[in-house]
Parts: sequence; structure tokens; C-alpha cells
Amino acid sequence: MKTDKAPSKNKTLVTKLLFSVVGMFAFGFALVPLYDVICDITGLNGNTNNLAAQAEAGEIIDETREVTVQFIARENGDMDWGFVPSATQVRVMPGDVNMISYKVTNNTDQVMVGQAIPSVAPNAAAGHLNKVECFCFEEQILQPGESADMPLRFFVDPALPAEISKLTLSYTLYDITEKSSKLKAIAAR
Amino acid sequence: MSAAHDHHHGPAKGISRWLFTTNHKDIGSMYLWFSFAMFLLGGTFALVIRAELFQPGLQFVEPNFFNQMTTMHGLIMVFGAVMPAFVGLANWMIPLMIGAPDMALPRMNNWSFWILPFAFAMMVSTLFMEGGGPNFGWTFYAPLSTTYGPPSTTFFIFAVHILGASSIMGAINVIATILNMRAPGMTLMKMPLFVWTWLITAYLLIAVMPVLAGVVTMMLFDIHFGTAFFDAAGGGDPVLFQHLFWFFGHPEVYIMILPAFGIISAIIPTFARKRLFGYDSMVYATASIAFLSFIVWAHHMFTVGMPLAGQLFFMYATMLIAVPTGVKVFNWVATMFRGSMTFETPMLFAIAFVVLFTIGGFTGVMLAITPVDFQYHDTYFVVAHFHYVLVPGAVFSIMAATYYWLPKWTGYMYDETLGKLHFWLSFIGVNILFFPQHFLGLAGMPRRIPDYALQFADFNWISSVGGFLFGFSQLILLFVIIKCVRGGKKATAQVWEGAQGLEWTVPSPAPYHTFETPPDPTLIKAQ
Amino acid sequence: MLSKAKLWLGLALSTLMFWSAGLHAAWELNMPRGVTQMSRDTYGLHMTIFWWVVAIGIVVFGAMLWSIIHHRKSKGAKPATFHESTKVEIVWTLIPFAILIMMAIPATRVLTDAYDTTGSELDIQITGYQWRWEYTYLRENMDEEEVSFFSILSTSREEISNAIEKSENYLLDVDKPLVIPTDTRVRFLMTSADVIHAWWVPDFAIKKDTIPGFINETWVVVEEPGIYRGQCAELCGIEHGFMPIVVHALPPEEYQAWYAEQQQAAAEIRELASAEMSMEDAMAQGEQIYNQNCVACHQANGQGMPPVFPAVAGSDKATGDRLITMDTLVNGVPGTAMAAYGRQLNPIQLAAVITYVRNAFGNDTGDLVQPTEVNAYIQEGQ
Repeated sequence: MKTDKAPSKNKTLVTKLLFSVVGMFAFGFALVPLYDVICDITGLNGNTNNLAAQAEAGEIIDETREVTVQFIARENGDMDWGFVPSATQVRVMPGDVNMISYKVTNNTDQVMVGQAIPSVAPNAAAGHLNKVECFCFEEQILQPGESADMPLRFFVDPALPAEISKLTLSYTLYDITEKSSKLKAIAAR
Repeated sequence: MSAAHDHHHGPAKGISRWLFTTNHKDIGSMYLWFSFAMFLLGGTFALVIRAELFQPGLQFVEPNFFNQMTTMHGLIMVFGAVMPAFVGLANWMIPLMIGAPDMALPRMNNWSFWILPFAFAMMVSTLFMEGGGPNFGWTFYAPLSTTYGPPSTTFFIFAVHILGASSIMGAINVIATILNMRAPGMTLMKMPLFVWTWLITAYLLIAVMPVLAGVVTMMLFDIHFGTAFFDAAGGGDPVLFQHLFWFFGHPEVYIMILPAFGIISAIIPTFARKRLFGYDSMVYATASIAFLSFIVWAHHMFTVGMPLAGQLFFMYATMLIAVPTGVKVFNWVATMFRGSMTFETPMLFAIAFVVLFTIGGFTGVMLAITPVDFQYHDTYFVVAHFHYVLVPGAVFSIMAATYYWLPKWTGYMYDETLGKLHFWLSFIGVNILFFPQHFLGLAGMPRRIPDYALQFADFNWISSVGGFLFGFSQLILLFVIIKCVRGGKKATAQVWEGAQGLEWTVPSPAPYHTFETPPDPTLIKAQ
Repeated sequence: MLSKAKLWLGLALSTLMFWSAGLHAAWELNMPRGVTQMSRDTYGLHMTIFWWVVAIGIVVFGAMLWSIIHHRKSKGAKPATFHESTKVEIVWTLIPFAILIMMAIPATRVLTDAYDTTGSELDIQITGYQWRWEYTYLRENMDEEEVSFFSILSTSREEISNAIEKSENYLLDVDKPLVIPTDTRVRFLMTSADVIHAWWVPDFAIKKDTIPGFINETWVVVEEPGIYRGQCAELCGIEHGFMPIVVHALPPEEYQAWYAEQQQAAAEIRELASAEMSMEDAMAQGEQIYNQNCVACHQANGQGMPPVFPAVAGSDKATGDRLITMDTLVNGVPGTAMAAYGRQLNPIQLAAVITYVRNAFGNDTGDLVQPTEVNAYIQEGQ
């Protein structure tokens, strides 16, 4: 009796289990965007919002305190570009919009594409550094020897925890010439 | 009716018996032999590591080869030795324990075994490829394994895919067998704990092996198709790799220990001649451990720079694991308490398991404490910790199981004197091997280094001596098994005086086909 | 029998822990107390948890041992029949839980302290490379001279290959240590240029991953001047075991003097880059740089480890056009392990090592490459 039913019972169960397997495989991939969302909320990896802030800047300025914003810029590993901020650090009042600019120079004899990746320390401050205008994750094409100024307009959220008096914005410039979609589009024309 | 017909089928002759078999006992044996072969291979790699670390300075191998050895040792022991051994035991014992004629899906069973040798052939062959095999640790953190990995990484990825598929099929089979094939009267709460722990393990496998497959697939895309899941240059995040890996990796750790809990819960009552204490709480504790394993993964990553709230959450969750694990240990001790104990080889291994696994659990609690973990992380303290839970933990449980059920498999008693010799040499060897590693880690020796500063020299040579003692002692086990297969004192059906359960109601050796008619329900007792 | 062995083990552990302080360093058994508040707190917490687990161990293993001795069949013990008790189960769920809470309270406090983000007096950027550390002292404004240097293993290859006796700080010495002031809150900003490394100094109780593209921070107040050593703690490739960390903590005044000296030296290097170098100087300095930077892959005899690491001896890149040698050293070879040294070495060092590889290992080109030439090459981007 029991054995007669077994094959169909097995079939339903195996189908269910296979669905779970496929589901968990998909879940693995779903964790990628999910992780970004969690990072944006918690500042988990020191990653600031990829997009320029939508928040109304400069509405409330906290004039009672000043914080130091420090800028680190480095070109990664083998990349022969110059990448220098216009200041090493500035003192700002939370809520007040400030601007600095980064000068990039292509020191090589080839057309190259760079892309700057931002990161903020301490990570508790990451969500509080808002960029009004920024070049993060943008592809920058430079001709041999060419220079460009990349502006950054930002403000520190007045909700920044009181114990944080210094935050560091780091940009790492990567050579993405080989992967660049922009360069390919130009070459195709 | 068809059952009566099957009765006349013995095993087929020659190699085709093994290639085409769908018999759970044959497949179980193949899994066990395969895992033993992998255990010796992975052990050989470990001895290369211990030989190089015997003295400071580079003596035998280049750093690159050393890294390949640490990587391959880990991969082979985890995926080739421990997991297949448990699947082999599941194949042999679950149908016998629940009164089923075979596994629910015998053809898939054959397939899930036979793809394993190919996966490992592919993985080991990378050692002979240009640029060498995987050299990035068994945790293969990106971008060391992606942007900076050797060309053979692609083969490694495919090997992981195949062995993952094998594990998933094995898990589906175990679940289907346990849920659909139990003999009448074998209710869930009457199942032996080995069956329970395997049922939960199988669900863990189904939940996390696909995530591992996803991770290596993302690696494959990063390496060959220009995506940037883990590449910061393209906007990816190397830390994401670690989150995904350990989401698989921590449950994986319990996949390697839950069946061991089941084995120990079978052996201790047998040799204490007393029912297991707190059967229900054992089941609930196993389920709790499985649940907690999903929310503690980031304790492997306390140094990556998570926010305070995250660190605290993972610290508290990890500490909680000590509660159900403690319940298990207390239950085992309570089972021994006021029993009538004898100390045959399986019992010796089981007692050693309880003691040494608990020591591994203690260091586990220490490692859970985040601020102190900053000091322990990635040192030999961690190496000592996880080897204590995996070698005298998982591996000892497999050896205990082997001695315990060997008479049932072969029909002969093994050589008790040699078994005890094997136990004592293993027990002494494993402690000389791993105990000093606690001191090395606390004194500041990082893991995965081929050479070390002079202050680590003394404990390293002691550890190496223990390593060789432990390693060569395993040849005794091989000898005992071969001797037992070839003959010896005839085993009775009962084998052990205090043994309980359906597997002891069939003759020894267990016939090729068992329980083609369900066992008498009165034989099924509460555990 | 078994538990006796275990008991011995437990005894040995506890006695060894007590003796540890008096023993030779080679038999060091425990974590260092260190030289920061954080490291002492960490040590204290470590010992608290340790004694908790020892106490639990004594109870659990004691009960086991007692059963093993008294409840054995050979002594005629008859098995009892009890096999469950909800009360007992609840008790041994709640007691461990309570102990865990007692562990969690101090742990939370120490961890919260580690996450203190209130300002700093000195910021240093630490960048991990395969297989060296770069230390950059962050400036307050762009006009200040920048102090930035690489710190590389200085243990000789002969020591590693057992050709000569090993020195006291075998594998724990660098050519140029990180220098920090004592009694000063120093903030470290950590990142990486390639794979993940981890910067670890046990005496500070600091271990933090350096992650490419991301920045991590931690901080330290060192209380005692001294030399503190550590190692990379995250597997980062072939030479992972060969990238030590050395930190010199100096009293603040001495640190200030050192820092001023470094700034001056940085300015001088720019000037020196225009000076002429002799063949002898170039070869001597070049050999030293080769042994620190190149020998891991290209080997001491220049034969490399083909096919992954090509030979320098007789290579077209070393014996052909000097511009090609310069390009290889300055820009690296993309897609291979050959890194770009244009920023890791200064023009003087580059000129020396270029001269060296063009004249050592039987590459007798007779060329002498001057720092000015390298400098011009870098500036022009040629």
C-alpha cells in the first residue's frame, strides 16, 4: 500500500525541494542589491549614496559646531594618473554646502578611462555626508596628458552624531579603460 | 509482489556492480571509501604543511605551493572527507534505522556519488596546471581569488559546482527517504537522533549549497564576463563576497557537526546501557542550532569594519549558540551518569568527542567576544579552535561510527586491541598537534604563513610531531577496516549488548536487501 | 583512563598559564597585555572569559569523570532508568544563558570603546600592497611637505633560505618602520591597492582589514615608547607571511623632530633626483632594492620562476632599449604580477634598480641610468 503511494509522494516532495534550491540560488543573487540597500541605510561598508543627495541642502545650518572633513585621493596600483584634491581638509558647519575640486591628469600616452570610488570613515558617518554634486562612479575619459577638474559639492547632515568631529572622504581612482562602455561607444562611432 | 521478485537479486558481478548500483549499502560503502581516500590525501597535504612549519625558514616548499597546500587541504577535508563520510553513513544507516528498503531515490543516489570523483579529479588536477592550483585559502576571498587568482580558478569553480550539485542531490534524497519511507509506527519523535540530525542537516544543505553555487558563479562572471560583483574598480564590494560566502559557510560548519551529534547520541546510550537523556530537548537543540547558524555568519568578519550595531548583533547571536550546544553536552553527560559503562573503541572515540569538542566549543565562546576576537582573528588560535571541533569533533565521530557499525556492515568484529591502539595514538596525537596552536595564536602567529618568527619555533615543532603521529596513526584504521572486511570473529545481529534500534534487528552482515517488508511495529521503541 | 589524560591536559593548561610570565619568550602562552588601554581591556576580557570556561569545564568534565570512574560495568554498576526531566533541561538552559549575559556586559563595554570616534591629533593612512605597507601622514594643508613611504621586510633572503643564521627579529624587521608619538590619539585610515590585507599589531590590540576601494578606521593611544611588531593577518598571496609591521612609538618631542627630518628629506629627494649617481652607488643601492622588492618573484639569481615569473637574466626587457626597462619598472606590466614601481620607489631608487637589472646576472649592457632621466620619463609620461 505504502510503496504504491511512495513514487508520487516523492515526486511532490522532490519538486518542492528543487524549487527551494532554485529559490536559494536566486536568493544568493538577490542578496547583492539587498546588501547595497542595507549598506545605504547603515553605512555598513562606508559607502555613501551613489547618487547626489536629493535632500534639501542648506536649509538648516548647525552653527553651534564645526566638523573637519578630510579628503584622501589615491589612484589605484599601477595607474599613472595624477589625482589631487584642492585641499587636504576643510572645517565645515553641518548643513552648510561646501565645494572642493579634484584635479585629474592623465600622465600616460594613451587615452584612458578612470572611475573614482568613494568611501567614508568612520562608517557611522557615511550616511551623513551628502553630496550635492559629485563624480562618484562616473567614467572620466582623458586624452594623453590631459587634465580635468572634477568638482564636489557636499554638506554634512546636521543629524551627524555629536561625538563625530572628523570624517574622511576617500576616493580611489581606478583604471577601467578596458571595461569602459563610454570608450567603446566612441570607438564604435 | 515486486518485492518477492527482487529477493532473488544479489549484487551484480564485477565493476558494473559499483558503477550502476542503486543499492543504498553499496553506495554508502563507496561514499565511505571515497571519503577515506580523500581523508588520506587531505592529510598528506596537511603533513606537507606541518613539515614546512617544523622549523623556521623555508625548507621543503615554495610559499606559493604552501598556499596551494593549505587551500587544498581545507577544500578536500571539508568537501571530500567529512561531508561524503556523513553522506555515506546516512546511506548505510538511515534506511536501516527507519525500516526502509532503500533510499527514496536510488538512481539519483548513484549519480550523486559518481559525480564526486570527477569533481575532485578536476580540483586536484589544478595542482599540475600552469600557475598552480587554488592558492587563496579554502575561503577563496575576492579579489585574491578573482582578479589575482591563478588561471586554474575556473576549474576550481566548476569543481565546486559539481560537488555542490552532489551534496544537494544527496540532501534531497535524505529528506525524501526520511519523510516518505519510514516504516509504519516510526513516528518522527521515535526516530534515532542520527536520523533527526541528518534531516536537519539536509535542510541546511538545501538552503546554503545553492548560495555557494551563486557565489562561485558570480566569481566566474567577474573573472570572464567583466561584471564587478566583488571588484571595487567597477563599483563592487569585496566585503560582499565575505557576507555571501559566510552565509553559506557558517551553516556549512554545522552541516559538518550535526550528524556527529547524532552519532554520539547513538553510541553513548549503547555503551552506558541507559536510554539517552533528554531525547526531545536534543531534537529541539539541534533545530535551534540550525536556526542560529543563519544569523551568525558575520562573526567570521569582525575585522572588516562593520558598524557597532552589526558587531553587537552578531556577537550576541553567536554567544547564544552556546546554549543549545551546552544542552547537548549536558544531556550526554547525564546519559553517562549512573549508567553501566564499558569502554570499547566506539565509546572511547565518543567520550573523546564530548571532551575535545567541548574544548573547541569553549574557544568558540571566546572567539564570539568581538573585541577579543580582534586579537584572535586569523591567528593559530582560530586554527586550533576549528580543528578541535572538526578533527576530534567531526572526524572522531565518523571514526566512532565506523567502529560502531563495522560489525553490522562486514559481519565480523574488528580487532579491539588495534582499535584501542588507534584510538589512543589518535587521541594523544591530535592533542599534541592542536593544543599548542592555541598558544601560538595567542602569542601572535598569523595563520596561512609558510614561515614564522623565531618565538613561534618551539610550539611549531611540537605541533608538527603531533601531526605526524596523528597522521600515521590513521593507517592503523585502514588496516583494522581491511582486516575486518576479510574476516574475524563472527558478529551477532545485536553486536553490542546495549544497542537499541532497528539496525540491530537485521543479521550481521546486513543482507543486500533489508526491510522489504516493514519491520514489526512492536520493535520500534522510543529512543 | 581517558578523562585522566584530559584532566592532566586541563591541569597542564592552567599551570602553564600561571607560569607563562616567567618563561622564555619562545614558550609564550598567552596574549600580550600590550601598551594601550584598549589592549589591556582586551586582555582582561580574554582572561575573564577564559576563567569562565575553565570553571564550566571543571564542572562538566568533573561530572563526566566521576561517572566514568564510578558507573562502569566492571564495578558492577547497574544502569538507572531515568531519561528525561524538563526541570533539569530548563535549569541547564538558563544557567548558561545567565553566564553568557555576564560575559556580554563587559564585552559590550570594551567594544563600544573601540568604536570611539571622537577626533584625533594625528591621522595616518595605511595602504596594503602585495607585499608591503605604505604609510602616509595626512597633512593639514597642501603646502606642507608630505611624508609618505613604503615599509618592506628587511630580513635577508639568505636567512629565509637557511643559508645564514637567523637574526633575532627574523621576519619581523622592516627597512623603514612606522613612527608615531606616544600619549597621542592617532587615527589610522586603512585601505588597499590590490587584495585584502589586515594590519595587526598585538600590543595595540588592533587588527583591521585593508580593503581595496574602501576605507576603514581605527585609533590608538600608545602609552609607552618602544618598538612594536606585528604582521599581515589576512592571506594576501604568495608573500603573505613576509609583510611584517614595525611601529616605533616615540615621545612626542622626539616624534616632532623625526617628522620634521622626514619632511626635509622628502624635499631633498626631489632635489637629489637631479643629481648624478656613480655606477658603483647605483649598483650597490640597486642590489639592495632588488633584494627587497624583486627577489620574491624574480629570485636572487635573476632566473625567476617561469612561466609565471619570467627571468630577468638575459631578458629582452632588461637588455634591450633602456626605455623598455624603464617602462616596465615605472608602469609595471598590466595583467601580470609585475607591479608599477613608479610611485612606490623614488627616482633615485628607480634609477639604481634599473641600472642594476641592466648590469647584473650577466646582463652586461654597461648602461648607467640617472635619476634625472627617470624623473623626466615619469614627468613626460613617456
